Amino acid sequence: MASTIRTIHEQLISKERSAVEITTETLARIEQLEPQLHSFLHVTAESALAQAEAVDAQIAAGEAIVPLAGVPIAIKDNLCTTGIPTTCGSRILENFVPPYESTVTQKLKDAGAVIIGKTNMDEFAMGSSTENSGYGRTCNPWDFDRVPGGSSGGSAAAVAADECAIALGSDTGGSIRQPASLCGVVGMKPTYGLVSRFGLVAYASSLDQIGPLARSVEDAAILLAAIAGYDPKDSTSIKVEIPNYAQNLQPNFRPKAKLRIGIIQETFGSGLDEAVNTAVRAAVEVLQELGAEIQVVSCPRFGYGLPAYYIIAPSEASANLARYDAVKYGVRVEEPENLLDMYKRTRAQGFGTEVKRRIMLGTYALSAGYYDAYYLKAQKVRTLIKQDFDAAFEKVDILISPTSPTTAFTAGEKTDDPLSMYLSDLMTIPVNLAGLPAISVPCGFDRQGLPIGMHLISKVLREDLLLQVAHAYEQATQWHRQQPQLL
Amino acid sequence: MAAATATQTKYEAIIGLETHCQLNTNTKIFSPVSTQFGAPPNTNISPICLGYPGVLPVLNEKVLEYAVKAGLALNCQIAPYSKFDRKQYFYPDLPKNYQISQYDLPIAEHGWLEVEIVDKKTQAVRRKRIGITRLHMEEDAGKLVHAGSDRLSGSTHSLVDFNRAGVPLLEIVSEPDIRSGAEAAEYGQELRRIVRYLGISDGNMQEGSLRCDVNISIRPVGQTEFGTKVEIKNMNSFSAIQKAIDYEIERQIKAVGKDEPIVQETRLWEEGSQRTISMRKKEGSSDYRYFPEPDLPPIEVSVEQREAWGGELPELPAQKRHRYEEELGLSAYDARVLSDDRAVAEYFEAAIATGAETKQVANWLMGDIAAYLNSEKLAVTEIALTPANLAELVTLIEKGTISGKIAKEILPELLTDAVDSVEKLVESKGMTQISDTGALEAMIDELLTANPDKVEQFRAGKTKLQGFFVGQLMKKTSGRADPKVANKLLSKKLKG
Repeated sequence: MASTIRTIHEQLISKERSAVEITTETLARIEQLEPQLHSFLHVTAESALAQAEAVDAQIAAGEAIVPLAGVPIAIKDNLCTTGIPTTCGSRILENFVPPYESTVTQKLKDAGAVIIGKTNMDEFAMGSSTENSGYGRTCNPWDFDRVPGGSSGGSAAAVAADECAIALGSDTGGSIRQPASLCGVVGMKPTYGLVSRFGLVAYASSLDQIGPLARSVEDAAILLAAIAGYDPKDSTSIKVEIPNYAQNLQPNFRPKAKLRIGIIQETFGSGLDEAVNTAVRAAVEVLQELGAEIQVVSCPRFGYGLPAYYIIAPSEASANLARYDAVKYGVRVEEPENLLDMYKRTRAQGFGTEVKRRIMLGTYALSAGYYDAYYLKAQKVRTLIKQDFDAAFEKVDILISPTSPTTAFTAGEKTDDPLSMYLSDLMTIPVNLAGLPAISVPCGFDRQGLPIGMHLISKVLREDLLLQVAHAYEQATQWHRQQPQLL
Repeated sequence: MAAATATQTKYEAIIGLETHCQLNTNTKIFSPVSTQFGAPPNTNISPICLGYPGVLPVLNEKVLEYAVKAGLALNCQIAPYSKFDRKQYFYPDLPKNYQISQYDLPIAEHGWLEVEIVDKKTQAVRRKRIGITRLHMEEDAGKLVHAGSDRLSGSTHSLVDFNRAGVPLLEIVSEPDIRSGAEAAEYGQELRRIVRYLGISDGNMQEGSLRCDVNISIRPVGQTEFGTKVEIKNMNSFSAIQKAIDYEIERQIKAVGKDEPIVQETRLWEEGSQRTISMRKKEGSSDYRYFPEPDLPPIEVSVEQREAWGGELPELPAQKRHRYEEELGLSAYDARVLSDDRAVAEYFEAAIATGAETKQVANWLMGDIAAYLNSEKLAVTEIALTPANLAELVTLIEKGTISGKIAKEILPELLTDAVDSVEKLVESKGMTQISDTGALEAMIDELLTANPDKVEQFRAGKTKLQGFFVGQLMKKTSGRADPKVANKLLSKKLKG
């Protein structure tokens, strides 16, 4: 059984292991696994050991340490880290080293967490398999021929393979939850605005949200509490008190009959793997046995989420990615003939296919004459989807769907068929459009031994309830205790 | 045939101005970085000004306050709900390759400002309202420095200075209500007066903190549809705006007269050759792919907030002009001159508040004091002479304590050295006027006795000689003789 934050913390304060020992062992494991797995783009051994030494010094001095102190954490490579390359999985930022720190990584550093490295991802978080990385794909720890999901595939694989205790990802349409599901770990997307986006390289600003990946709900809760909170540097962050999510988790929580859980009818239709269908329905039964009241609810416009997302996200991305023009930072082509040549060749060489596809989609959707038909209409769909959720939450407290319609697919299987790749995020995308929090928890395996995830959604800012229900389910099952056999 | 009728056609110009006004906030619109003008290149910058990956804009609240105040001063409706949008175009001086601006929901709309047009021949003043279509907030771009050429074309390479990137701007768009270069220049000046009165911008055209672009077309008088619009840029003074427009009107009328079409284009004003030249043709309107800025929440201005900011507005230049004419009885010209600069107007008002004669205070301010400020490049707040001193000076002349001539002599000292009381100063210097008839009579008697021949000539009819005696008396008294009393006494005594 791999370590949790709680076991690491107990070992540190009892001086059973030192932070340096834990870090050294983690680095050794990374070194062993990485040649095959490729979860990481940069391993920051030196600064990790320095941080671990500082934690050990604190312990030696008799100072109290917070639970995250000395805990090895992996960071998705679209979070800016001072002095550490931050590439977003893109060749265009191959040489980019930020001179500033993202708010979330600053909070982690302040808590004494040991940042062990930056993880692989689909370029600029655009993708569902981590195959769109400019630096090669990451393997799924359960089957190296398969993808770990994406875009936070590096973070999910690193957690599943025990290359770190916990990790940060970002989720624009499912980029934390879908890889968590495909790698058999816990992944959570908080309410939009709960976690500061300062220092998160933007993909689609109105949808992007940073969140935790972990091997247990409790670890996700501890990590979320550490990174959440109002930040004056992010005008979209919410001014709200952050509860101590982990402390509030009741060890033997039994959902009372009052707890109403709704199964989203529209997410159990065609295109769903039978194994996924069976596993999620069985998971719902577990919740029922625990005391929750189950009903089927309809979100009739749920299915329009995907097309609306593929207008809104690329539109924002087309603007967000305009800054990579070789003028100020990043890669610049050799000997440009003139300004236009510099722009064109840098961007042609620096961006991968999927990024170019979305820039073009977005540019088109925002063009004069098309704006009303595409962008504006998509925004209206977004409002309708929110209304669907609002209506559903009149009836229930938690909504449930599969996290992804399938288990991990084979590398290369969907790379030539973007639409089938996009369908992988069908269940997760509407949640981003509505700004709601949601979590994916392991709920079974298919016949090939590939993990399946259950997707739980709550009203905005009800992360406490979401974590509690997910925790109750997790404690009643053994799925999260299973680990891929790697060494 | 067409040419013959064209020469007989009378044309009118339809002109609108688009003005960019830099706000004088200490920090930039979306980042806590200095806006200081003239700093070494790329020193007033931050990752936010440079659009680094992952950084986010945060609105400087001062910018919103200034925008609302400007909107109110321009008689606009303030939007209770407004938002920022991204205006997208690639240019190396634009760090993110989009500008955070406002598109369909600007902070202020539907306003007007009043200009006064002075007829060159009759000096008659005509008041006219120019409509304000909209006013919105946006960020300025950086600045390109082209090596080997003034412009991008022909340069070997270009350098970019991002100090200006993110400096807050107000864009103020006028209705096409302007008909001449003079009206346009007056509109620009009035706008500058207003922002200076509000204290939100220095309005300096040379440093580029106030920039005006002109849209201009002509049409035969009586025609309702507009002609083809031409944009003119690159004017860095109000007189350049006036001259560029007058030149462009002429050029367009001549072109139409020769049956040459007017092309929709951007033209540059060349100060050297005093003409406009074509910069680029416009093929359709540019597509900026505007969409709402997702990194900034919508802007809501409550009624309470709007009223609070409205309550902080000073009396504005047009209001002052009206009051000076209607309540103080000043001429339209004097009212314009005195209200041009808020500090001068406040000085003036402080001086007359003590009861000093309005017209005299105005004359001193517009005459000797203005000349001094001009030559020394000083602001009225930088001189030692206080409004109370000026009021005292005027009152001393009025009471006859000192002569106007003495007042002019003593002014330079008062401008540079602070005094508590002007009266004490003139007394201590023995500069008070001699109005005492006894003393003057004695001196006149002396003069008459000393110049019997002149007295003889006067009495024979050469009355002009009275001037000689006045001069002698002034000499004797070092100019302190009260001219009124002196003349009266002299007339009497010379006539015998």
